[in-house]
Amino acid sequence: MIVFDRVSKIYPDSSVALEEVTLSIEPKEFISIVGPSGAGKTTLLKLFLAEEKPTTGAVYYESTNIHALNKKEIDAFRRKVGMVFQDFRLLSNKTVYENIAFTMEAAGRTDEEIESDVPHVLELVDLTPKIWNFPRELSGGEKQRVAIARALVNEPDIIIADEPTGNLDPANTYDIVQILKKINDLGTTVILATHNKGIIDLLKRRVVAIERGKVVRDDRTGKYFV
Amino acid sequence: MFWTKLKRILRTGFFNFWRDSTVTLASVLIMMVTLLVIGLISFSSAILDTTLAELKNKIDINVTFFTSANEKDILNIKHTIESLPEVLLVTYVSREEALTLFKERHSSDQAILSALDEVGENPLGAVLNVQARDPSQYASVADFLESGSALSSGSSTIIDRINYFQNKAAIDTLTQIIASADRLGFVLTLFFAIISVLIAFNTIRLTIYLARDEISVMRLVGASTTYIRGPFVVVGIIYGVVAGLLTLLLLLPLTYWLGGTTENFFVGFNIFFYYLRHFLEIAFIIMASGVFIGALSSALAIRKYLKV
Repeated sequence: MIVFDRVSKIYPDSSVALEEVTLSIEPKEFISIVGPSGAGKTTLLKLFLAEEKPTTGAVYYESTNIHALNKKEIDAFRRKVGMVFQDFRLLSNKTVYENIAFTMEAAGRTDEEIESDVPHVLELVDLTPKIWNFPRELSGGEKQRVAIARALVNEPDIIIADEPTGNLDPANTYDIVQILKKINDLGTTVILATHNKGIIDLLKRRVVAIERGKVVRDDRTGKYFV
Repeated sequence: MFWTKLKRILRTGFFNFWRDSTVTLASVLIMMVTLLVIGLISFSSAILDTTLAELKNKIDINVTFFTSANEKDILNIKHTIESLPEVLLVTYVSREEALTLFKERHSSDQAILSALDEVGENPLGAVLNVQARDPSQYASVADFLESGSALSSGSSTIIDRINYFQNKAAIDTLTQIIASADRLGFVLTLFFAIISVLIAFNTIRLTIYLARDEISVMRLVGASTTYIRGPFVVVGIIYGVVAGLLTLLLLLPLTYWLGGTTENFFVGFNIFFYYLRHFLEIAFIIMASGVFIGALSSALAIRKYLKV
């Protein structure tokens, strides 16, 4: 369970990114966070990953305050969270296989586990033929599927997807959403930040709307109408 | 787990070195320049040292005797001078030898030779050539001769002149030049070494700057600091090793060429033979510098990007 407890984030130039946000996310939930660009969606996710510290308030994961963790504990915590970004963020000088293997190596998994799990997870995102390609040789949709495979391979409790379809065409967008849905059905919490109306309408899951740093709507089986 | 981790860090380091070919090429070339500077600096101090030593050997005192002096007295004086602790070598040039040398030196000058014939007898006195162990000791040797205590027999002086007092100014200047060349050499060495190390450091910093996004991704997938930093340090070390080996190779033709063209200028010092004789030392200095600069630059440069 994830809890944002009256979290505010004010940047040094005194721009307010989040203001008194209170939000709780249940395990195995699929939650979409919507809102226009600059509303504070990405800040919310960064706070959860301890990339940023809140100005006031606290973020809890299973009743531990994330921002009270030390560096090592943050590393360990991040391994429980899989991440997918709009710009894919693959390691450009590693092959598809190595990109995914890297995450497993970082988590201290054995070579045997890596050798058996990487092909398996690539099968899940339907990318087995590209296993030895470099990211520059892949299309946008393929890159995003590698990113999802990478996020999945350590069997995380939570998947965070920040505008994962922002750079993709409708067909690829549809594929990615289906994959995320499948992951959620298998029992992983999914947090999806997006401003794509089509996705939300397709999902029919919980929607939290953020505008100018505040939660303006929290709808159980919401539709997108910010 | 430690060995697995080490193996993975090494493997990733090698792959990064191999795959980022343009970055690798640029870094290795810059590193080579740095190591070449360090190598040439070690040569330059050797060149300076031997050249100075040669120059010091060329300083001497000539004691010229009256033509009437008898050889036995002169040899006595030679013996006395040789017993001085400051004196390295005393050479006796007899009157006949002095004349031969003089004629040889002026063999192309007919006027002088005919003037010599006019004089009829040998006008030259015998000469004792004295070399001290150190240029600064010539003064005391000359004083000793001047005071007359060299003439153990107590008879009237047979020494015509000592050229030290005429050469004193020149010798003093040379001593000063030698001392300041030593100091200047040291300062220049330090200066170039620092500059070239900074350049190499900056280049490696740039390569890590290029990878900053990747470092932040590694951080976000929960990779530990050691695990992110390790491969970069490995790459830095490989830069150092490869650049070091190439530099050692490049120095062979370079010193061969330099040795031939500068041997006369450096008073008999051949840089090529010096390189071959001291190869192990120089190889150690260059390789160690390369590895040290590479590893340290990487480790320091990456710190900044590990904070996410």
